[in-house]
Amino acid sequence: MKYSYYPGCTLKTKAKALDAYARASAKALGFELEEIKDWQCCGGVYPLGADEIATKLSSVRALADARDHGQELVTLCSACHHVIKRVNDDMKNVDDIRTRANNYMQLDTPYAGETNVLHFLEVLRDRVGFDELKKKVVNPLSGKKIGAYYGCLLLRPSEIMTFDDPENPKILEDFIRAIGAEPVVYPYRNECCGGYISLKEKEMAGRMTDTIQASASGFGAEMLITACPLCQYNLNQTVDGLPVLYFTELLAEALGVKEEAMA
Amino acid sequence: MQRIGVFVCHCGSNIAATVDVKKVVEMAAREPGVVHAEDYQYMCSEAGQAKIAAAIAEKKLTGIVVCSCSPRMHEATFRKCAERAGLNPYMVEIANIREHCSWIHKNMEEATEKAVILARAAIAKVNLNAPLKPGESRVTKRALVIGGGIAGIQSALDIADAGYEVDIVEKTPSIGGRMAQLDKTFPTLDCSACILTPKMVEAAAHEKINIYTYSEVEKISGFVGDFTVDIRKKARSIDANKCTGCGACQEKCPSKKSLSEFNRGLNTRSAIYTPFAQAIPNVPVIDREACIKFKTGKCGICSKVCAAGAVDYEQKDEIFTEKYGAIVVATGFDTIKLDKYDEYAYNQSKDVITSLELERVMNAAGPTKGHLERLSDGKHPEHIVFVQCVGSRCSDERGKPYCSKICCMYTAKHAMLIRDKYPDVKVTVFYIDVRTPGKNFDEFYRRAVEEYGVNYIKGQVGKVAPQPDGSLLVQASDLLDNKQIKMKADMVVLATAIEPDPSVRPLATMLTASIDTNNFLTEAHPKLRPVESPTAGIFLSGVCQGPKDIPETVAQAGAAAVKAIGLLAKDKLTTNPCTAKADELLCNGCSTCANVCPYGAISYEVKLINDHGVREDRRIAVVNNALCQGCGACTVACPSGAMDLQGFSNRQIIAEVDAICR
Repeated sequence: MKYSYYPGCTLKTKAKALDAYARASAKALGFELEEIKDWQCCGGVYPLGADEIATKLSSVRALADARDHGQELVTLCSACHHVIKRVNDDMKNVDDIRTRANNYMQLDTPYAGETNVLHFLEVLRDRVGFDELKKKVVNPLSGKKIGAYYGCLLLRPSEIMTFDDPENPKILEDFIRAIGAEPVVYPYRNECCGGYISLKEKEMAGRMTDTIQASASGFGAEMLITACPLCQYNLNQTVDGLPVLYFTELLAEALGVKEEAMA
Repeated sequence: MQRIGVFVCHCGSNIAATVDVKKVVEMAAREPGVVHAEDYQYMCSEAGQAKIAAAIAEKKLTGIVVCSCSPRMHEATFRKCAERAGLNPYMVEIANIREHCSWIHKNMEEATEKAVILARAAIAKVNLNAPLKPGESRVTKRALVIGGGIAGIQSALDIADAGYEVDIVEKTPSIGGRMAQLDKTFPTLDCSACILTPKMVEAAAHEKINIYTYSEVEKISGFVGDFTVDIRKKARSIDANKCTGCGACQEKCPSKKSLSEFNRGLNTRSAIYTPFAQAIPNVPVIDREACIKFKTGKCGICSKVCAAGAVDYEQKDEIFTEKYGAIVVATGFDTIKLDKYDEYAYNQSKDVITSLELERVMNAAGPTKGHLERLSDGKHPEHIVFVQCVGSRCSDERGKPYCSKICCMYTAKHAMLIRDKYPDVKVTVFYIDVRTPGKNFDEFYRRAVEEYGVNYIKGQVGKVAPQPDGSLLVQASDLLDNKQIKMKADMVVLATAIEPDPSVRPLATMLTASIDTNNFLTEAHPKLRPVESPTAGIFLSGVCQGPKDIPETVAQAGAAAVKAIGLLAKDKLTTNPCTAKADELLCNGCSTCANVCPYGAISYEVKLINDHGVREDRRIAVVNNALCQGCGACTVACPSGAMDLQGFSNRQIIAEVDAICR
């Protein structure tokens, strides 16, 4: 199975590991991530201005490219996934944005939201299947108590993201079980890490991440996993906090391709 | 040729503001057969009706058209008016130029044109109308009450006290309903059981009332005054005539792990059980899903310990058929499921409970024997937080758009009772608005705040986070203080929205009674006929019609009973004469009509027919006018065009269509 793949800027710089482990794991699981040619930055945040169009165009380019290849589009970074999935929804459902974006882009075939956008975790759940993943685990992470950290971008707005229950998600817990470890459920796993506020108000971001860290360790977690480079950065600012890893790192480890990935 | 009068109503400005009524009069006057046309401000008023009566007499009218509101509103009014003036009531046609025209259009020119067309169609029809005479049908002097909660019990008692036989059908093993689960009732704080159980006993002992518990309505046919109902008595596995209600079987039953429905799943019950100690009848049922005997064939302990020999594993469901003149629906409510409200951690923490669960916790016969304690560890709570409007007044698809109406009062009740019994416990209530209209209701709420020191905070709870130490951290907004607050609590109680019992949907289909988008049964008129269904002979009692508290439920139950009594007191009802009729010369007895008739109103007989001088025996369709509801399905299905609906004949309908298309 071949998917179009949109890595995003951070995965080429700060979060190379998130990307490398995902690619190696995909190979081990029997699917291929074909990086989109000439992709551009997603913009990092979904523009909330109703008439904003320019910052949505890079998403439309990626989406149209996947459509032209007849492939589903896979993302990995939470922020990229959020932006691209919402722009896709706009292209499908908001006449004004679709018309203006297409007028600007002048594509051979106008784009109208035809591409299906999947987060890497959704590929694991809905295409590979966690039962199937479990069978391919060669190095189960038995005994590890892992707290899943979702953040907000994958879950909300839930009617567009359709990722999981925004108040009580379970996809990461199911993932943790599939790789042989024990999930630790704690109430702040879907609370905001502070996002970009850490650039401006370090203290406030610190309070937010401290709450998450304390709750997770209070319930017995030994580490946190996430899909988001910014969440990982913020959560790692807590002094003496739990280590925060990308979920793909544990996946690669469980599949026995961790070293190969970093080679 | 008919002599037709046309009467155009202004309906104040309801019609006249959008439709040029003078123009409608002018245009109608030109139609064939019309000898009189006039307009008036309120045609339904006494003066308006006098105008109609006068015109009928003076102009010797043979038919009239009233251009006014929906026939559902005033067709009966104008038919009666015509009848008093000596005209056959079925010579009256209504052109609905309000709901179908003025209310839904804005442009006066277009609306006027449409009103003229609607009037034209009605005139074309009345030109072909023939006087009809209604028949009579009998009234079975027996009522069926569906649901044995306080609403059903009250309706049944009132009907029975008037001297009519009443059957109560209740799907659970006992009557009593939700009220039996409540601990105390507002605003007097008297014990719910103390006022309910005497009524249950009264119903059970009443010589005119039969109670069928553990039973469900299976099929309903017939019509007002003459319903035929199949009732399924589910197999109790106990011979009710032999059982003495000693309770030995329940004590000895080894299968004790089923969640108690009565205690909202907070504790367990045996497989053979009565839902609660004061159950009526005091006869247990065997839950065959949980019973070891039914699952494995081994056990049979209950049968061995039963001194009366009442246990009967072979018992089967029994279906019996009964006739009723009136049906009262009292199916009640349940709380909504909280699956979509995970921010309150209801599924994650045992110490987050619904208000109905708190009723059981506070009740001496409940899972904690009436002690207020945390269900996770049995510890005495120091701080309890109540969250109102959980799923009520909700703008998204997770909850209900309506106000559940009872929550403000029962939350004030809970808060007050807790503060009264446990002064050391701190109580906080989060609310959107406190809505306590009702006699002595607002005083009750104010007492909770002023005398009992309950801390009311205007704001919604955003999250309940279970903490590693077992407490709950409540995150909320204080809207008056414009602050985000976090407070530690030991228990959180959710005032969960109520919704009609799910059994009401299939029941409404059986009754052909309409329900609204929230599954509440619809009234015949929201203001003037609030306890009747639009389907004749069906009456509404309690929360099946809309959220209400006990006093309102009892009042409505009584009103529904009075309406049912009014029906049962009649010996005969006039039937709708708009029934189907077969043209004997055209009918070839093919049975197509009988196959499509939903009411079983069509049969066949062999008759001697004189077909233009040829006399022969033919099989002919015959319509039973008492059963025919005038739906018209047979007239469409008939391949030879022999079936016609009186008052809505094919000729009349085509004439209307022609008039519209002209």
